[in-house]
Amino acid sequence: MVKPNKRLPGLESTPAAVTPPRNAPAPFPAKPKLSSSRKRRRDIPEGLWNKCPKCESMLYDKELETLLNVCPKCDHHFSFSAKERIQQLIDAETFVETHPHLSSVDSLQFTGTSSYASKLDKHKKTTGLHDAVITGTGNLDKHKIALAVMDFSFLGGSMGSVVGEKITRIIELATSQKIPVLIVSSSGGARMYEGMFSLMQMAKTSAALAYHAQKKLPFISILTHPTTAGVMASYASLGDLIISEPQAMIGFAGPRVIKDTTQAELPPGFQTAEFLLERGLLDAIVKRSELKSYLSHTIGFLRGES
Amino acid sequence: MKHLLEFEKPIADLQRKLDELRSHSEDHKLDLNFEEEVRCIETKIEETRRQIYAQLTPWQRVQLARHPKRPFSLDYIHRAFTDFSELHGDRLFADDRAMVGGFARLGGRRVMVIGTQKGRDTKENIARNFGSAHPEGYRKALRLMRMADKFGLPIITLIDTAGAYPGIGAEERHIAEAIAVNLREMTLLGVPTIAVVIGEGGSGGALGIGVCDRVLIMENAYYSVISPEGCASILWKDRSATEKAAAALRITANDLLEFGLVDEIIPEPLGGAHTDHDTSIQSLRTVLIRHLDELQAVPNEDRLRNRYAKFRAHGRILEPVSA
Repeated sequence: MVKPNKRLPGLESTPAAVTPPRNAPAPFPAKPKLSSSRKRRRDIPEGLWNKCPKCESMLYDKELETLLNVCPKCDHHFSFSAKERIQQLIDAETFVETHPHLSSVDSLQFTGTSSYASKLDKHKKTTGLHDAVITGTGNLDKHKIALAVMDFSFLGGSMGSVVGEKITRIIELATSQKIPVLIVSSSGGARMYEGMFSLMQMAKTSAALAYHAQKKLPFISILTHPTTAGVMASYASLGDLIISEPQAMIGFAGPRVIKDTTQAELPPGFQTAEFLLERGLLDAIVKRSELKSYLSHTIGFLRGES
Repeated sequence: MKHLLEFEKPIADLQRKLDELRSHSEDHKLDLNFEEEVRCIETKIEETRRQIYAQLTPWQRVQLARHPKRPFSLDYIHRAFTDFSELHGDRLFADDRAMVGGFARLGGRRVMVIGTQKGRDTKENIARNFGSAHPEGYRKALRLMRMADKFGLPIITLIDTAGAYPGIGAEERHIAEAIAVNLREMTLLGVPTIAVVIGEGGSGGALGIGVCDRVLIMENAYYSVISPEGCASILWKDRSATEKAAAALRITANDLLEFGLVDEIIPEPLGGAHTDHDTSIQSLRTVLIRHLDELQAVPNEDRLRNRYAKFRAHGRILEPVSA
């Protein structure tokens, strides 16, 4: 179970562009911060400690942040917000967010335990996001790319109409500008509250990728913990390269559903990135700290630029 | 009577009365005396049926869509089509019997027909995995679709599955990837494509053969992002909320037509497809031929553009007017 990262910036409404200006602190290893993240930090006591769920080490907040939310002792990858991911991958001052203000509507008038509308409001407040994906263009080590980053903290990264629309638009933009697409996934799948509209986003995004591929443009799918169901059964599985962060849980059906259906014991490490590398789905498992250089190298190679 | 749904009981009761009356009259050779009464009960049956079926709840539709006596893909394939020649295997791992396909003719027109297939009894259901395909099923479907593209055969897919199979082998052989590739590749097929949800349209497992120029649905079929049971246990944390979930998800043919997510509803006989296979099969056949001829008349380039635009348009969002 992944909890939304409580320490992350972005509680306030932030401007669209999320890469910091050039005169900000060096991007890595001293990680840049959003101006808004300082404000947010004031109401949290200094010196917050995090316990690593894997090795149980106590990790100092700021140390963890400089390490891109990766435990220095055991390499456990903590969750990473979409904004942090963009800061990590995109060169300073180059990110231009696309369609930041699209928001979801309760088109089914979903009647459940609590209304979809109120769920949306709550998640907008707690995450500072409009929906579960941020899209835009920017430079990754000077390579111009189109980027979509999902954020699990917004309704479990679920894909409804807005996620599907923003991803489709960024792919279409990449096709028309002849640039590569990178999608960083993290999602529990299609969003139930939008019913069949959500399912159709799988077809829509995959169709956009068909035309992007037809132009022989690279698409790299980056899987992070967790990527499952409808997202995995659409764009996340369609990369020329499919890479994953270590230990990420990746699959179609949830382990409980599989257990209930088959009444069988699941093999050790089932549905982890390592398991899927062995079974032939993934091209590589790349540590977060090496992701940017890996992507830069790969895009450069595919584009014949380096 | 076997496989009687709860809401069908009033009709069955009347039917039993009618049968008794008839056999009684035959036994005693009293046919004339009962004619009036027989006619009266027959009218009553018609009325009751009309009443019940005019106000089916979404959950009742789901039950009809899952009815074990409903026509399945092969029933339509054998009777709405002619000259069916089944093709097997994905050329990679296995022949998935939950997904059938092959050459056929529809009113003389050469086509490729593909469908998910449920079993009629326990033995067949085990062989067909209850209509839930493994990755091999989706890869076989794609192999056949690519062949159809090569030989200029229009593709018709029949969808009737609770969903792609959630099993260990399915995950090990990347069922999500198999479905995803189908979604992408179906976008670019250079032949007319028609999908029909004939029973259960179970989420990604249904969509995996559903990205077509036309998406049609039988009157009592459903098409949903998640099963009502799954939704109930996730959102309500309570399986008994299934009926509520079925309503909240808006999964009936009428809902989907209203949302523009399907192109046409194919009428079923009163009482549901399981009560009258012949009429259902004829009904599907007529509609399919009409759509196929329409699509054949469209130039390939336009058809592909329309197909993209159709799926591109799905979704409801709020977009602020830019200043």
